[in-house]
Amino acid sequence: MSVDALLVQFLNGLAGASTLFLLAVGLSLIFGVTRIVNFAHGSFYMLGIYIAYSLTARIGGSVLGFWGSVVLAALAVGLLGVIVECLLLRRIYRAPELFQLLATFALVLIARDAALAIWGPEDLLGPRAPGLKGAVEILGRQFPQYDLALIFIGPAVLGALWWMLTRTRFGVLIRAATEDREMVGALGVNQAWLFTAVFGLGTLLAGLGGALQGPREPANLGLDLMGIGDAFVVVVVGGMGSIPGAFLAALIIAEIKALCIAIGTVHVFGFDFSFSKLTLVVEFLVMAVVLIWKPLGLLGKPSAASRNSSAVEAPLAPPDKAAKIFGYAVLVLLLLLPVVGQMFPYAVVLMIDILVAVLFAASLHFIMGPGGMHSFGHAAYFGLGAYGAGLLMKQFSMPMEAALGLGPLLAAAGALLFGWFCVRLSGVYLAMLTLAFAQIVWSIAFQWDEVTGGSNGIIGLWPAEWLNQKAAYYYLTLALTVGGVLFLWRVLLAPFGYALRAGRDSPLRADAIGINVFNYQWMAFVLAGTVCGVAGSLFAFSKGTIAPDVIHVGRSIDGLVMVLLGGVQTLAGPVVGAALFTWLQDAVAREFQYWRAALGVAILLLVMVFPLGVAGSVKRLLRRREVAA
Amino acid sequence: MLKLKDIHAYYGQAHILADVSLEVNAGEVVVLLGRNGAGKSTTMKSIIGLVKPAKGEVTFQGARIEQMAPYKIARLGLGYVPEERRIFTELTVLENLEVGRQAPRAGVPTWDWDKIARLFPNLGEMPQRPGGRMSGGEQQMLTIARTLMGNPACILLDEPSEGVAPVIVDQMAAAILELKSQGVAILLSEQNLHFAAEVADRAYIIEKGRIRFSGTMAELEADAEAQQQYLAV
Ligand SMILES: Nc1ncnc2c1ncn2[C@@H]1O[C@H](COP(=O)(O)OP(=O)(O)O)[C@@H](O)[C@H]1O
Ligand SMILES: [Mg+2]
Repeated sequence: MSVDALLVQFLNGLAGASTLFLLAVGLSLIFGVTRIVNFAHGSFYMLGIYIAYSLTARIGGSVLGFWGSVVLAALAVGLLGVIVECLLLRRIYRAPELFQLLATFALVLIARDAALAIWGPEDLLGPRAPGLKGAVEILGRQFPQYDLALIFIGPAVLGALWWMLTRTRFGVLIRAATEDREMVGALGVNQAWLFTAVFGLGTLLAGLGGALQGPREPANLGLDLMGIGDAFVVVVVGGMGSIPGAFLAALIIAEIKALCIAIGTVHVFGFDFSFSKLTLVVEFLVMAVVLIWKPLGLLGKPSAASRNSSAVEAPLAPPDKAAKIFGYAVLVLLLLLPVVGQMFPYAVVLMIDILVAVLFAASLHFIMGPGGMHSFGHAAYFGLGAYGAGLLMKQFSMPMEAALGLGPLLAAAGALLFGWFCVRLSGVYLAMLTLAFAQIVWSIAFQWDEVTGGSNGIIGLWPAEWLNQKAAYYYLTLALTVGGVLFLWRVLLAPFGYALRAGRDSPLRADAIGINVFNYQWMAFVLAGTVCGVAGSLFAFSKGTIAPDVIHVGRSIDGLVMVLLGGVQTLAGPVVGAALFTWLQDAVAREFQYWRAALGVAILLLVMVFPLGVAGSVKRLLRRREVAA
Repeated sequence: MLKLKDIHAYYGQAHILADVSLEVNAGEVVVLLGRNGAGKSTTMKSIIGLVKPAKGEVTFQGARIEQMAPYKIARLGLGYVPEERRIFTELTVLENLEVGRQAPRAGVPTWDWDKIARLFPNLGEMPQRPGGRMSGGEQQMLTIARTLMGNPACILLDEPSEGVAPVIVDQMAAAILELKSQGVAILLSEQNLHFAAEVADRAYIIEKGRIRFSGTMAELEADAEAQQQYLAV
């Protein structure tokens, strides 16, 4: 590798670092002050690039017009942020963390469809910046002028932010609120105003990042999730709430990526190893390493314990008589479905999907609710189960029954390994590490062509002869799902479950009375991963094909939505939520182009009206009736 | 100036304060005495709004404040100095003071850096020191100074003598008397009777969330039984 190639890649890395920093810094700022993990940050970034596209199309011909459009786009996105903060976030600052996530995720869905309605599904490449269209020669190599400009813009924004944070009253208040916002309020500062301003500033920065990206990549509808993924990684690696940390993290990640490209393919021990393939996953590798080594990120500080004196959660109740009768009735209906449903063969197909989703969601709920570990990468275990079964059948020529039975063991092994790292963390950091592991699994499935089939996945995974009929496969799915869910419930109502909840509610006290919280959480992680793997294996044979998207972050998020939709504090919650979500997605998606936005609005209503989730709210309603009667 | 009437407060299901009533008049230093866990800090938090009383009335200078947000209460001129100090460790002394700064208020002393530096000479020497690199006593001074920057008419001072060196305790007592001489009313919480006796005009004793004694400092010092029953450890 030559020096000039290395230098050019180094400069590329610097430009990439600027982009990443602008994308992420607002998220860090917002989290630091409001403690809201704003899932919609990537959407604001995406809107920035779209709005800048429209503006530059009109006025971007001149130098002034181009940079004016960039600034205007950033301001427009910031204004949108202010509106969202006032209308939505203000109402949920005191809600549980997960609800805030869900609400901001609803914004992602709405923003995506809004962009689809306004700008259409095609990629839109904006004009290049006037005056910076060419390239400069560096050691005989061409380097784009615009990227050179970006290299300076990132640090300039960092400098401006730094000045604001240290030299203005607003900045001092932001830093104070990052440490202890309640105290800032008790000293006479109106937090509502401070939060709105910070949220507006954070989203403005996201919009700026997007607008500046316009000449480099086309505006498209996938930028929201891509953006939020990258932003989370940078913020978590840098330390949540730390602005210099965000810069440092952006720099490290972008430079390592550039280095991987510069190295390219190397031969070791007769193997070809392509470093450039690593670029898809390198940021997640960096994140995993950093979180294991420094659980609060490079420059993160432990945040003041949340002083929200929110009510203690009531213990999980075993189902009472009425609930049991209801459960049996549902079971009978489910058993009769293939008979009754002969007129609607599709009902059985949909029901298989629903049952698989139920098992997936119940296993996620197991670690998330009673375990208190919010996994953002649960799709990893679903995918490992699916690929485990697929590989055993295709690569090891196992019969389908054996593959189905042993496939989940791959998920168990994954959970055993990843869980050991994850349960050391808590809160958002844990969520991000689970996400990182899921992305790593995804990228292995995506890139290891020889074994996993790469992006094509594995095809021809058909069930054995006797399961070939949809009805037969349905009964198998029903048996495994009901068995799996009952098993998880049983464990939760056993001493294991109590210990798990003790570990969630007061880890120190639990440790003090001799509960090894680490071991319990780790075991819970493995149990949940294994059951989730069963769902994945069932899924593989129900579809006949699996591709890397079974591990995609989208599926992990679907799981979260299912659990929260149903209600995290009840046993039935994930079951109800998964069924409702899968059915809604199926019913609405086929009829209505903007089903995402519809789902988003529904989630927002849910968060505002039923903060306990569907099952939780029904339960509370019934209890009220009882008390009244 | 400040009046609590039949306050009840809860943490979740736990009933922490019951029927707490007390009063602080203009220019007065009143001490709320009680053992650890008696409910002193909870009383303070119920006044400033960090804990919302479930029942009862809090009146400050004629305004009902029990349902107000903390920042609004603070802006009425009621200052709060928390027991845990809660200074901003990443911010310098001057920046900490900046967070507490409010506009001047008619009829009460106005504070600025010079005045703060005169009241607490130790702070005056370290304007750029980050809060996290100060001794416990210096932090205690800073947390009071920060509240003073809001130009309060009345201050809630939660156990200022706790965990600081005797020489600092003396400085705290001097500072309280100085504030009193400037016309600032103070509600002080304490476990330390000697410290209270040095500065307070009147006293309440709280135990298990109920007021058990109320009277002048002189009356309390004469009442060996009350001291024995509610304060001795
Ligand atoms: N955040 C809290 N959650 C639950 N209970 C609390 C909390 N803070 C204090 N308590 C309880 O309330 C009671 C009164 O506490 P506190 O007002 O801090 O007493 P004091 O300041 O007199 O030592 C104690 O029994 C304490 O354990
Ligand atoms: Mg106390």
